[in-house]
Amino acid sequence: MGIRERLSGNEAVAYAIKQVNPDVMPAFPITPSTEIPQMVASYIANGDIDTEFIPVESEHSAMSATIGASAAGARALTATSSCGMALMWELLYVAASNRLPIVLTLVNRALSGPININCDHSDSMGARDSGWIQIYAENNQEAYDNFLQAYRISEHKDVHLPVMICQDGFITSHALANIELVEDDKVKAFVGEYEPEHYLLNDNENIAVGPYAVSNYYMETKKGQITAMRNAKKVIQEVGAEFGKMSGRSYGLFEEYRLDDADYAFVMIGSAAGTTKDAIDELRDQGVKVGLLKIRVFRPFPAEEMTAALKNVKGIAIMDRAESFSGQSGPIASELGAALFMARSESKVINYIYGLGGRDYTVDNAKGIVTELRDYVENNKEPEQYKYIGLRSR
Amino acid sequence: MKDTVEIRWHGRGGQGAKTAALLLADVCFKHGKNVQGFPEYGPERMGAPITAYNRISDKELRVHSNIYDPDYVVVVDETLLESIDVTAGLNPEGAIVINTTRPKEEIIPHLKGYEGKVYTLDARKISEEALGKYFPNSPMLAAIVAVSHVMEKDEFMAQMRDSYQHKFAKKPEVIDGNMKALEMAFTEVTA
Amino acid sequence: MSSNFDYRNINEKSPWQDITEGNQIYQAATSVSFNTGEWRTNTPVLDPDKCTQCLLCTPACPDSSIPVVDKKRLDFDYDHCKGCGICAAVCPFNAITMREGQ
Repeated sequence: MGIRERLSGNEAVAYAIKQVNPDVMPAFPITPSTEIPQMVASYIANGDIDTEFIPVESEHSAMSATIGASAAGARALTATSSCGMALMWELLYVAASNRLPIVLTLVNRALSGPININCDHSDSMGARDSGWIQIYAENNQEAYDNFLQAYRISEHKDVHLPVMICQDGFITSHALANIELVEDDKVKAFVGEYEPEHYLLNDNENIAVGPYAVSNYYMETKKGQITAMRNAKKVIQEVGAEFGKMSGRSYGLFEEYRLDDADYAFVMIGSAAGTTKDAIDELRDQGVKVGLLKIRVFRPFPAEEMTAALKNVKGIAIMDRAESFSGQSGPIASELGAALFMARSESKVINYIYGLGGRDYTVDNAKGIVTELRDYVENNKEPEQYKYIGLRSR
Repeated sequence: MKDTVEIRWHGRGGQGAKTAALLLADVCFKHGKNVQGFPEYGPERMGAPITAYNRISDKELRVHSNIYDPDYVVVVDETLLESIDVTAGLNPEGAIVINTTRPKEEIIPHLKGYEGKVYTLDARKISEEALGKYFPNSPMLAAIVAVSHVMEKDEFMAQMRDSYQHKFAKKPEVIDGNMKALEMAFTEVTA
Repeated sequence: MSSNFDYRNINEKSPWQDITEGNQIYQAATSVSFNTGEWRTNTPVLDPDKCTQCLLCTPACPDSSIPVVDKKRLDFDYDHCKGCGICAAVCPFNAITMREGQ
């Protein structure tokens, strides 16, 4: 049994960082992730850990310095949100193509226009094609657990890719809640020492990092990246299972909640999945067979695994907490929709956009969605295919 | 007690309503409960109305929405009664606790016909007497524990002393004052 | 891996499996074997009779293509000289002339 505690999501991730004691953390503050580097700086000042903290002048520099530290051979990380990650944009691609096992703890916040500090997934969803592994949390416990697993995934020899550990801004980052922590010695044993094979500060090896790649090499390089990304699927599941043996909490690519015999399913990411679970329990008590597929890993996208898990479901509500402006669907729906088509799925699908800029998502919202989905499946009453939840409308 | 007790706090930025909600979550956690304590965030401005929430339960808490049908409401600043619908969705089986110097009869007309129990407390008087300063959150915390019975008084007082000993490790002189404020609030909160 | 690593095994015919992670190169001074001299359209020619071995040309060369041994400059390193003509311009004794072509 672990240690019973109560921590906010930010406190939980900062505590995980303390337990891992990485080598270098360059960071620049931005709401709602500011507390993470702030708490880590306190741990360092108090002598709890010997991480080198680099106060930088922007997020562009934060990611640049993290890349430099990682290339040098350090276990490196940074934290950010929203516009902060947008300023890292170019470097996200550099970190991934340089195959550096960096960890970024992202606290999801709407990416501006209009400026807003609250949660949605527009920041990380915008970066979904940057080559980073993306792992999302429903609550403080998962944010903590995911961080503890991050380096095991990123540093794995078959992967060597940066990992983004995401949690919902304010909703989990600033909410105090129960959590079970893993003992320090178990964390140390689980995460292990970082022993990079190639690194700049190695006296015994000459190395060039990040050379220019002309067209003759570029596609071969990208093939290497996507192969590593596909390898990550297996590694993430192995690490999640091993974490389960240690802590009692196992993790896979996604969580299936009452999905086995479900006629209707939600597919979603993040804290709102917890709210949906309560709605599912209420509906199940009324005899409605509803379940949930909560995506934990969005990159790599577990297409085959998800379509297999959803194969007997009659109606699917794909829930996106980000707009993609394709005019057709949000990011999860466009990818899962394509996967369902490839798998010759006959499920009826509605895509809902919810929770943008911190708009609340409630148990009643979830129940209303199931009503609509049932009407679609049972009465063939086709709803609008792509719609906003909780929107005021004339 | 219901499976899950839901509490909504109304205060103004800087008065400590958020801190009080986090302290309540903390003390209920120590009591063995599953807890949530979270504020509703916007641009943070001193004096602007803020809302904070608590869920306290024996069950695992999974809901991550705000609270629309609370069992209890705590109003840390009575001037909010004019501008905020503090009893919105409030369970008539529950109660509202208001920090005010006025008699209850003067408060009730502002509560939009709320039919449940109304408790009042002069947190300013208590705070100034016990601490020499106006910090309404400690008295209001004791008041909501007294009203909601989320835990017994003796245990609450013991846990709070423990919390204060950690929080005020470097200024132990304020511990007794805070404990006195809690004690007074417990006795003085009236229906 | 690095001890067996030879960058010459990676070239424009290599399959993607042979490209290193992040295109990293585990060797130093690899540009020496890259024949950039073929980019040259004008070629410096040294007249040994006029050369006084003052060595002013050597530091002026942007491509380190004027080798010096025992305090004496040798002929140009035509594998790396790109024919920019700076050496010819700085030579006080007109010992270097630029010839058109390779």
